[in-house]
Amino acid sequence: MAIELSVNGRSYSVDTDPQTSLLVVLRDHLGLTGSKYGCGEGQCGACTVLVGGSARRSCITEVGRVGSKPVTTIEGLERNGQLHPVQKAFIEAGAFQCAYCTAGMIVTTVALLRANPHPTDREIAQFLEGNICRCGTYPRIQQAVRLAAAAGGGR
Amino acid sequence: MSARTSEKPAALEPERYEAFEPPAYHFDVERRDFLKVLGGGIGVFLLVGNPALAQESGRGQLRMPALPQNVGAWLRIAPDGKVTVFTGKVEVGQNVRTSLAQQVSEELHVALDSISMVMGDTERTPYDMGTFGSLTTPTMGPQLRKIASVARDMLIDMAARKWQVDRGRLVAANGTITDKETGRSIPYAALAQGETLAKTVAAEDPLTPPSEWKVAGKPAPKVNAVDFVTGRHQYTPDVRLPGMMYGKVLRPPSYGATLGALDDTQAKAIHGAIVVRDGNFAGVVAPTPEAAERALGALRPQWNAAPAETSSEGVYDYIRKNAVEAESGERGNRLRHAAGSIEAGMAAAHQRLEQTYTVAYIAHAPLEPRAAVAQWENGKLTVWTGTQRPFAVRDDLASLFKVDAGSVHVVMPDTGAAYGGKHTGDAAPEAARLARAAGKPVKLVWTREEEFTWAYFRPVGVMEVRAGLGADRRITAWEYHNYNSGPSAIATPYDIPNQLVQFHPTKYPLRQGSYRALAATANHFARESAMDELARMAGAEPLAFRLKHLSDPRLAAVFQAAAKKFGWPRRKIAPGQGFGIAGGIEKNGRIATCAEVSVDRKSGSVRVVHVVAAFECGAIVNPDGLNNQVSGAQVMGLGGALFEAIEFADGKISNAAFSRYRVPRFRDLPAIDVVLVDRTDQPPAGAGETPIVGLAPAVGNAIFDATGVRLRSMPMAPHGLKT
Repeated sequence: MAIELSVNGRSYSVDTDPQTSLLVVLRDHLGLTGSKYGCGEGQCGACTVLVGGSARRSCITEVGRVGSKPVTTIEGLERNGQLHPVQKAFIEAGAFQCAYCTAGMIVTTVALLRANPHPTDREIAQFLEGNICRCGTYPRIQQAVRLAAAAGGGR
Repeated sequence: MSARTSEKPAALEPERYEAFEPPAYHFDVERRDFLKVLGGGIGVFLLVGNPALAQESGRGQLRMPALPQNVGAWLRIAPDGKVTVFTGKVEVGQNVRTSLAQQVSEELHVALDSISMVMGDTERTPYDMGTFGSLTTPTMGPQLRKIASVARDMLIDMAARKWQVDRGRLVAANGTITDKETGRSIPYAALAQGETLAKTVAAEDPLTPPSEWKVAGKPAPKVNAVDFVTGRHQYTPDVRLPGMMYGKVLRPPSYGATLGALDDTQAKAIHGAIVVRDGNFAGVVAPTPEAAERALGALRPQWNAAPAETSSEGVYDYIRKNAVEAESGERGNRLRHAAGSIEAGMAAAHQRLEQTYTVAYIAHAPLEPRAAVAQWENGKLTVWTGTQRPFAVRDDLASLFKVDAGSVHVVMPDTGAAYGGKHTGDAAPEAARLARAAGKPVKLVWTREEEFTWAYFRPVGVMEVRAGLGADRRITAWEYHNYNSGPSAIATPYDIPNQLVQFHPTKYPLRQGSYRALAATANHFARESAMDELARMAGAEPLAFRLKHLSDPRLAAVFQAAAKKFGWPRRKIAPGQGFGIAGGIEKNGRIATCAEVSVDRKSGSVRVVHVVAAFECGAIVNPDGLNNQVSGAQVMGLGGALFEAIEFADGKISNAAFSRYRVPRFRDLPAIDVVLVDRTDQPPAGAGETPIVGLAPAVGNAIFDATGVRLRSMPMAPHGLKT
């Protein structure tokens, strides 16, 4: 069946079952491969997108339940060729090694800073607890979130 | 599950303990015209091996009809001035795309961002055995520096000829040659314009010493960082081809089970689905991932189970009882080291230590699971896959599909990590088999459960120590046996007159292979825990006890550097607080780790509060990337030290999910201080592995310091500290 979606400010009509995961729709139907598959059970955070402004695990979100809420993926963060402050902060802090978790980390951070523009280190760690970085780059990710907060990344 | 023996690795599995012989380089694709490969501009080809082959070719004067077999890497300055470097090494998060480009930038005197690296592509890059063993920095680094320095000299010579001046007046900087006397200058691009000039190098050319490095040796951000923060970088699972279909493989319910009858009636009824059966292999292909999933679920297979010989509970006893007969001859000697007399050393001892240590099977769990995209076109196979050994995967594919290697092209996109776990190309033959049946390109991405079940694991191990302590509090004898985990870093760096050190291959129940630092983690855990026990027995301070037995000044220096940063020895000021230290030598790097833990005896919670890791790997190429590697190794090491373990019984893995297999997360993060000891007088050594080996014993020693409980099995506290 046809499912209507709004992703990164564009409208899409996708022919699939409502139970199909939002991640599969984004990656394989819409070609937005920035969101990653890591576990399929909402445990690693690599697939995180914003649905109606909140961080959601797209691998366990059924596309039929998204409705009219706008979806923002890592591809939707740049504005007029300018990186989002959180993206800039991740580069500045060198907050990645293999970088497979990076899209999920960045999108989760965007959600965090919107809700809490100046989080403490403890709050950062708590909010990102569901995001796994197997390369162990957590200290720099924390630093990137601090930098992004200082640069007004929550705006 | 059927037992394996460590002597005969299964097909598609590399040598378990990795080979350290220098790679037998050869440009393996069919011999091609030298200048055609170059395609205009200026090229420098590095020959490894026979220096007599070095020669110059170009402008039709010197004919060199074919590219020699032993090109290790090459560099091209195109007529538009763009610099491209070709190497068979691959990027898996260890940041060598950046650190290698830095070294080229250093010697060629061009900006870092004007260099692009083509890596791990079997048609475009020279043959390479693989990216493992921390060898990229010590071997490929100097090779690229060499060809870059030769290219720079060629450009200076070209400018000198053009201007008819002495080359000594000319300097190369920022991609431009300048005449110091007249001030006139010419960019590299202008020199390369209209040229087709190739040179091979083999002779030892002088390189810029690390102490004079300007670009290398300094922090540099990841060269393609923007692609990663925007989601533009295409990992293998992100590759999409026109007409591409999605594959799924039917996995057995347990290890060793064989496929009997397969009822595929319902699966075939799904629109667009194709079912493939080839011996024990079965899979489906469909136009969308969700249809492939449905088709897989619709298959009705009959399996013949194989009996399981052991479980995660019984595996230590199993490997201990199933040692393979000790080998004689050279290979046997490589696995055994003896000095003095153990009997005499033990007889001279006043105190004795006899203990057994174990490490569990653990999974690499790279966040990017195994994946491949395969395409057949006119009998030629192209496969995109994340592997540490693209050329080996190409050869495996050629042999499996009975085509010549020239008909297989393996492309390795920068990959979402490997940690030693992607020496094989498991998903590649599966995707290729499905694509051949479908007649269309096929993408296959393993699920996390498949990754946890059908990849290979870090070997389980049992380590036995017998040691004696003399009246002078020095170790008189050291007997050490490692069963199955491996011989890496098995030799003690401490001065002990009487030694017997031996690795025992055994039968083993699960598919196992390389893991970051190989057995150096298990051997350091056992040795450095035992050293701590011996120090306590001697009533000695653990660091002083180690230093007393140490004559390697570089290892002593990192121990002292770590101790200084940590404030070792520290006095306990809170209940449950404890401090531990450990270190060692591996792959020519030196690591010393200090750890502070906090143990809550009531709840059993064990928290690593602070880690100091001091690391020395010769001259540092990129301090920023190195710091990231060393820090990341401490975090990754926490998992194996405290809670990671694969659980299995009846040929099934029972915790094949991140919800049941705990890996380090933000809440586990200690304060981490990295101390880098830069030895510009030493050649650079690799750094991706060795920094991990000190963490587990340092934490174990700290737990003992806090509680008096000695934990001799990794993971040490999978469910907290039960007392």
